[in-house]
Amino acid sequence: MILFLRFTLLCVLLIGAVPAAMAQDRSALLPDIPAATGEPHAEGNEYWRRNHMDLMRHDRDLTMREGNRKIDASLKGCFDCHAAKDGEGTIVTYQSEQHFCRACHDYVAVKVDCFMCHRSTPDGVDEGAPHAALVPQIPLKETDIQSVVAYLQQGASKTAEAKQ
Amino acid sequence: MNIPRAKGAELSRRDFLRSGAAVATTTLAPGVTLIAFGGSAAEAGTDAGKRWGLLIDANKCDADCSACVTACSDENGWKGTGNPETDAQWIRKVTLKNTTTGRETSLPVMCQHCEEPPCVDVCPTGASFKREDGIVLVDKHTCIGCRYCMMACPFKARSFVHEPTTNQKSHAPRGQGTVESCTLCVHRVDQGGTPACVEACAATGHGAIIFGNLKDPDSDISKQLAGYSSTALRPDLDLNPGVRYTNL
Repeated sequence: MILFLRFTLLCVLLIGAVPAAMAQDRSALLPDIPAATGEPHAEGNEYWRRNHMDLMRHDRDLTMREGNRKIDASLKGCFDCHAAKDGEGTIVTYQSEQHFCRACHDYVAVKVDCFMCHRSTPDGVDEGAPHAALVPQIPLKETDIQSVVAYLQQGASKTAEAKQ
Repeated sequence: MNIPRAKGAELSRRDFLRSGAAVATTTLAPGVTLIAFGGSAAEAGTDAGKRWGLLIDANKCDADCSACVTACSDENGWKGTGNPETDAQWIRKVTLKNTTTGRETSLPVMCQHCEEPPCVDVCPTGASFKREDGIVLVDKHTCIGCRYCMMACPFKARSFVHEPTTNQKSHAPRGQGTVESCTLCVHRVDQGGTPACVEACAATGHGAIIFGNLKDPDSDISKQLAGYSSTALRPDLDLNPGVRYTNL
């Protein structure tokens, strides 16, 4: 009986300790969301983070089926403020991990198919041939596993920096 | 100018049922109810009172000119990938020869924007559809690339995209594994413009293509159709295309 109580106590202590450790690591592992330009959304960022896919799906049907081209939520419109640039100031394509869609969608492991048909840069910014070869895939090959390891190590190093 | 987003986008089904704000309900008789939804249709670009069409004068079309094809390709971003058998072709120049008289006629052929489109009839997902103003389109969000519509089309107007795409035009998304065809430059028409092929043809001085509203008796195209004989391609099929030809 005492053994059982000790075990339970140990479990409780362990469970209590885990969230505390996670709370420290979490901020470092969160995605780096590229800063946007322009006026912020009137509805607020929280609203758009939660609802952007519904808004875009609703408005795409209005445009496609009813020809309404003066609507708020268009994929094309996102690029006006959210198009991310790399270190050299070039606007990146969906091939780059810095692309504003990938920044979050990679993190939550949601595959975005939009850019199979839609361009992933504003009009006039060349996407380049490698973009076409981009095939979303689950990590199976050796190189893919290495990239996952690198991603996790990157998070770990950021955690270490945060602790210093 | 931005039009406020129609309600319903941010409402869940439960919110919607609970509020009733977006719905006007009139009881006509016991058990009979008329429900009218908020007026988003008035803001829309499509208008059932219009039907867009083209009138192509084969006599004015120069056999050596392909300005309409080039303009379409530039406008909508489709181009050859080195596989001529399967490359997308939204509009092509066709030469007809009367074997008895030897007369040759050159004319552009694109999606004929039928009133009774066979491609819409056969589409298993509803991706192939006709807008209220008569423009026949592919909704690539729901297209599964089965290509039934390509087989159903008597004009070979549709193409399947075999290769991955890059640098699409933002107004004309196109991607591997979907079917596409002439959109009558719907992005221009919705903003009061005319299709790229019509503009290009006029710019060369041939002026062989007229664009307009077939339902408006005062439009240039309706007057031409009323005044001169014209024909549809494959009139035996009774598809009533929006694209018509004179001097074939």
